[in-house]
Amino acid sequence: MKRLELRDISKSFGALEVLAGISLHVAAGEFVSILGPSGAGKSTLFQLLTGALKGEGDMRFDGAPLDGSPFAFMPQRDALMPWRRVIDNVTLGLEVQGVSRRAAREQVAPLFAEFGLAGFERSWPAELSGGMRQRAALLRTVVQQRDMLLLDEPFGALDALTRAAMQRWLEGMWRRHRWTALLITHDVREAVYLSDRIYLMSARPARIISEIAVPLQRPRTTGSDAARQAAALEADILDTLLNPGVDRASFPQTAQRRSS
Amino acid sequence: MAFAIAKTIPAAIAFALILAAWEVYARYGGVAPTMLPAPSRVLLQAWENRAALAENTLPTIRATSAGFACSLVAAFVLSALVDFLAPLRRALFPLLIVSQTLPLVAIAPLIVLWFGFGLMPKILLVALVTFFPMMVALVEGFAATSTEISQMLAAMGAGRWRIFWLARLPSALPYFFAGLRISITYAVVGAIFAEYAGAAKGLGIYMLNAKNNFRPDLVLAAVAVSAALTLILFGIAVLVQRLAMPWENAGSDSDDRKRSGESRQ
Repeated sequence: MKRLELRDISKSFGALEVLAGISLHVAAGEFVSILGPSGAGKSTLFQLLTGALKGEGDMRFDGAPLDGSPFAFMPQRDALMPWRRVIDNVTLGLEVQGVSRRAAREQVAPLFAEFGLAGFERSWPAELSGGMRQRAALLRTVVQQRDMLLLDEPFGALDALTRAAMQRWLEGMWRRHRWTALLITHDVREAVYLSDRIYLMSARPARIISEIAVPLQRPRTTGSDAARQAAALEADILDTLLNPGVDRASFPQTAQRRSS
Repeated sequence: MAFAIAKTIPAAIAFALILAAWEVYARYGGVAPTMLPAPSRVLLQAWENRAALAENTLPTIRATSAGFACSLVAAFVLSALVDFLAPLRRALFPLLIVSQTLPLVAIAPLIVLWFGFGLMPKILLVALVTFFPMMVALVEGFAATSTEISQMLAAMGAGRWRIFWLARLPSALPYFFAGLRISITYAVVGAIFAEYAGAAKGLGIYMLNAKNNFRPDLVLAAVAVSAALTLILFGIAVLVQRLAMPWENAGSDSDDRKRSGESRQ
């Protein structure tokens, strides 16, 4: 069942065409990534989804035109408020929804252990490491209990080791919770490791140049067979991204567009 | 704590050396005490005239705090308005900058002429010299709010007022306190200037009278009192900042806690 469906989404800022006919869909319980070069307009797409920008095209959620925000949005970097303690950062979305501060705290407190943040409820964000900050930001996102998660390069600012650890952790969390999620990233390995499907986006004006199903089994093990498979997939994706225009017949599910 | 005290030692030594040099020069340099009184004499005369000094200090404190309170409220209200209505900024800022170019020496007697010898002209002058740094700091502070936090709040469904309250106001606090520390050092000087131009009581008029009576020791005694007032106000501002922004010093000395948290992954 399609949860989110975008048809022919376009967006220009004056003469600058950023998105040129993006079509994609995300099924319920599916983890989908949009992979593309920096500055391609990936974040613009999220801003259209959250309503911060208006564009052209058809956006549907559960079959109906997108109305209000069924999304919980996790921005680039962590956007934790330095003046709020960790627990008050996590409850922010609930507070905005009108839940009292006390009820919101009671609701999120049991989740701290699962997110590796037990004992840090009363800390300031500045006292957390990069990985912990990202986990707090993700916790803040999921406690909003929206229908779908939008993750905008959540691990882009982390060092390589912490990022790898966070990807493993997120994959484990996703297996347990089966969130419907759309991830923006420019990290090929991250996209392959986390996703069920990947949309490859071209440089600006952005189009979907390819759609790739990730056949790797879950949990995403580190065994040699799986690793070889993943590496081959990553190499293919890199080829596609770095040499647009060459024949991509090797991807059976390629949904190639050449509009406008 | 011991470290904080240790940090003030160089300043204390420098201050003591200057006073000592002054004392020696005033005593043995052949200068008349009506020209340059020694610090010891200033202190002694301040003590002997403590009743008169205290009587004139209270109105100055009153004028300073009333003027500063008005200035503070006005800065918050106007900066918030400017934040919500961008055209207002373009209308107001040139006026505010012009207000800072007015020479106080010329404006103080005029304001006394227009508003009399009461509290009003003092409040106005204190506000005139203290308002601008706070206003500018607040407006810049609101604008310094991280766009990611604003966008995230908007995606959560927060309206403009909610975003102002939850994100823009707290984001502006460090800027505000920087402006506050600057403007609070002008506050007492502003009040004294207003009193100098005309008042029944106050440190400003006390200084004027002492000067006219050829008592530089009493002028300096009043100067010492006004300096002490400013230092106290500055200290209060720093203290309020500590209390209002407890997160400011977080994160510097907690590496051990970070590591223990990381191992729990």
